Amino acid sequence: MATETLADGVVQGGAAVGSCLGLDGSAIGMPQLCTDWMPNQIFWLLIALIAIYFFLSRIGLPRIGAVLAERQGTITNDLAAAEEMKLQAVAAERAYVEALERARADANKIAAETRADIQKDLDVALAKADAEISAKTTESEARIAEIRAGAMDAVTQVAKDTAKELVAALGGSPDARAVTAAVSARLKG
Amino acid sequence: MAEETGLVFHPMDQFIVKPLFGDGPVMWYTPTNATLWMLLAVVCVVALFVLGTRGRAVIPTRLQSVAEVFYGFIYKMVEDVTGHDGVKYFPWIMTLFLFIFFSNMLALIPTAFAPTSHIAVTAVLGFGVFIAVTVIGFVKNGASFLGMFWMKEAPLFLRPIIAVIEVISYFVRPVSHSIRLAGNITAGHAVVKVFAAFAGIALIAPVSILAITAIYALEVLVAVIQAYVFTILTCVYLKDALHPAH
Repeated sequence: MATETLADGVVQGGAAVGSCLGLDGSAIGMPQLCTDWMPNQIFWLLIALIAIYFFLSRIGLPRIGAVLAERQGTITNDLAAAEEMKLQAVAAERAYVEALERARADANKIAAETRADIQKDLDVALAKADAEISAKTTESEARIAEIRAGAMDAVTQVAKDTAKELVAALGGSPDARAVTAAVSARLKG
Repeated sequence: MAEETGLVFHPMDQFIVKPLFGDGPVMWYTPTNATLWMLLAVVCVVALFVLGTRGRAVIPTRLQSVAEVFYGFIYKMVEDVTGHDGVKYFPWIMTLFLFIFFSNMLALIPTAFAPTSHIAVTAVLGFGVFIAVTVIGFVKNGASFLGMFWMKEAPLFLRPIIAVIEVISYFVRPVSHSIRLAGNITAGHAVVKVFAAFAGIALIAPVSILAITAIYALEVLVAVIQAYVFTILTCVYLKDALHPAH
């Protein structure tokens, strides 16, 4: 009677029939060691492994691999582009510096030329001015000499006349020729 | 069902394999809870890689960067450990890693089933790796693959002894490889269940719940680490097959 009840229990409890379950539906020992279930587990394990393998090798891994390769490619390309841009920037800087140097050299040259031109003009103008000045000086000296000579004659005449007048005023009868000779002698002395 | 009172400890019941639809025997083709959670792992893998890479964006979205992290992590592991000629096995190793990772993670959802806690599952994985690696070793290197067991650096009289030890350790690899994973997952889930059973006592419940929280955090770590360990050991075994001279 008791056996019957327990057997019913097994069926009603939904437990699998086999040697691994107790009559109350719980495990006897380790379920891991129950050989009844092993073919089932092995079969489904192989199904699962094959499914994962085919999925991974056909779809999963190639996709990730492609994405990673693409990223690597993008990074490499970007780095190469950056390197190229850097070289361009360096070249541009060098060209700029060169242009600057050239401009500075040109400016110096132009300044020197201008200075030389100005110097030449200046020299010419100075030479001309000097010539004019010396001409004027010569002329002036001639004039001065002339004036001085004129003045000397006038002084001689005045001296002679004055001498005659003095002699007359002192009551003498001036001998004109003698007075003149005396004054001339005096003036020479 | 007997009426049960007080503490009920059935920490192993969570590992029972049940048919999804109706009762009856578990045949090899029966869709069971193991089927469901394994296929959910498959769905997660597909979702991650299909939805994640939908945009194929050079600047990735969040989900795409997660997929890229998985890809990059495992790819680098394979390349670093096995060398460049191991890269063609990358899809297989990725399959193993993602299956174990998502199975472990999904198993942490309360009431979930943990396929990787079953030795039948991990043994297929472990022996699958073992057989594949051995076949690759002989195909790539021929009989010189056996040179892996014959240490030329050791003194002559030690070489046979070392060879015996090496052969034993070689054949123990798949056993430790599979039991490590199943044992870790089983132990963690069973411990959580034991603490949960203690939560039935009001006085202990707070401590119990705190403990569950702590163990759960540890289990998240274990889930990731075991997936990682299984994968990197696979890579190491593969390296031995590709370059047997060590």
